[in-house]
Amino acid sequence: MAVLETFYDVMRRQGITRRSFVKYCSLTAAALGLGPEFVPQIAHAMETKPRTPVLWLHGLECTCCSESFIRAAHPLVKDVILSMISLDYDDTLMASAGHQAEAILDEVMEKYHGNYILAVEGNPPLNEDGMYCIIGGKPFVEQLKRVASGAKAIISWGSCASYGCVQAARPNPTQATPVHKVILDKPIIKVPGCPPIAEVMTGVITYMQTFDRLPELDRQGRPKMFYSQRIHDKCYRRPHFDAGQYVEAFDDEGARKGYCLYKVGCKGPTTYNACSTVRWNDGVSFPIQSGHGCIGCSEDGFWDKGSWYARLQDVSGFGIEASADKVGLVAAGAVGAGLAAHAAISALSRVRYKGDDAQ
Amino acid sequence: MSAPDSAILTDGDLKGTNLDGLKARPLRARRLTTVYVYEAPVRLWHWMTAAAIVVLAATGYLIGSPPPSLSGEASSHFQMGWIRYLHFAAAWIFAVGFAGRVAWAFMGNVYARELFFIPFWKLEYWKELLDEVLVYAFVKKHAKTVVGHNALARTALFFCFTLTGLFMIVTGFALYSDGTGIDSWEGHVFGWIMPWLGGNLSTHFLHHWGMWVIILFVMIHIYTVSREDIMSRQSLISAMTNGYRTFRDDRPD
Repeated sequence: MAVLETFYDVMRRQGITRRSFVKYCSLTAAALGLGPEFVPQIAHAMETKPRTPVLWLHGLECTCCSESFIRAAHPLVKDVILSMISLDYDDTLMASAGHQAEAILDEVMEKYHGNYILAVEGNPPLNEDGMYCIIGGKPFVEQLKRVASGAKAIISWGSCASYGCVQAARPNPTQATPVHKVILDKPIIKVPGCPPIAEVMTGVITYMQTFDRLPELDRQGRPKMFYSQRIHDKCYRRPHFDAGQYVEAFDDEGARKGYCLYKVGCKGPTTYNACSTVRWNDGVSFPIQSGHGCIGCSEDGFWDKGSWYARLQDVSGFGIEASADKVGLVAAGAVGAGLAAHAAISALSRVRYKGDDAQ
Repeated sequence: MSAPDSAILTDGDLKGTNLDGLKARPLRARRLTTVYVYEAPVRLWHWMTAAAIVVLAATGYLIGSPPPSLSGEASSHFQMGWIRYLHFAAAWIFAVGFAGRVAWAFMGNVYARELFFIPFWKLEYWKELLDEVLVYAFVKKHAKTVVGHNALARTALFFCFTLTGLFMIVTGFALYSDGTGIDSWEGHVFGWIMPWLGGNLSTHFLHHWGMWVIILFVMIHIYTVSREDIMSRQSLISAMTNGYRTFRDDRPD
């Protein structure tokens, strides 16, 4: 491989003007929540830093992360991101295939050992020695471990890589396992979501490129700048929640007026993500804005946490769809009846002993 | 069981008391042993916590299942806002009260410590527990008299109130950090509990279950203290209002 170009070189080569480049830097600074004083810093980094090689692996997944990623608007993936990072391996996006593609993987791993970033979309199934996901004739888990060994850091794209997602939902027959439970010795950035927001994905990469360090992570390993607040905290329907105005059914007056979707099971109050601020498709909308509650796709195990249309999780083992409140009320009723019976027997036994004054 | 006749006072016993001059026999007066058990801070804490639990359960239930939707401008209502405010305010009272009660366990009398542990390795405890269970199963008529809590009460209190209450405080503050932010002190001190319990929604769910445990405990608590107050050999309800536990007889167990 030749000497890596800087981002600026690549952009100029693709016909992007200096003006557009500076505009991009300021948009990126804004997207990252940085002040205007960081714009020159971003521009400087783009002008001087060589591109970091990124190897993008695909395990058990639906490719929705890639689908989201290629729709990034700030920065535009077409013009910038695919050139900005040196995306040297991504079997769904790259032109080469087969042995040619696998050869690139080996080459980058050798040449940039300890310096490349591993991006993982999907996760490895561990059951039957990983036979449920075969890449190039070998179990994906082997490829993952091999490529991870020389990586500087790992980005877990989406809920699959971060938490397991649908293939890890009960009963998880293939034993699909999130990346951080397989790779234990590398810094891992989780970017959960099914898929994650495009601008969040590019934002994480841009941050790492610009500042040459991992973004600040929360307790669960998610970048704080996108995952430190709930969707509920910045939801434009929040005033209806505080007022006590809810959609009771999807076809009622409240739904037409855009009331809070809490009662129809919106998981916004329990989901950490940037949907209500960054939104989707170049800021056009997000689920709640289109009238459907959040399903909590960026939370751990969201497939197994009960209905998307109810706030309270069902209680298994107490009949089909028994809510905690139903079970609680039945228990309270049973205890109440028991106490009443006990009181009656107590009273009777006391009547029999009546007159035994000194007792 | 024969009651000792000496329990009923005679004319002579009334001499020099406030009842001097009255006839003892129609009064059927007796002397009762009274012990000061529940000190003022314990009583204050008990009733404060009781009130907090009522508010917490009512508002907590409404947070899970809100009342019917209100119409009109959002700006003219703050219903869920108030419900949550009352929940958090009562939660702070409950939590600070709990902390104060822990402190009082060290400062107060010996009975102030009974809430916080069960004497698991003492044979006497298990004997008393069986004794009390037999009374509630109508096998025995009376249990031993105890100055503090009986073994059954203590067991129920320890598991259903102390441990569950602590769980509610810990999960409550963890959920509260959703609002105050992951970098708030609540987030730092209690935030770890949420991933540990399986996530935010699961924590809500378990916090909700905790409410039902405490509601059932309160039902049983109110029934048993009323029953004990009427039927047992010692006073219960008045002991928690004025602090004095009165024994109805002085017979040895």
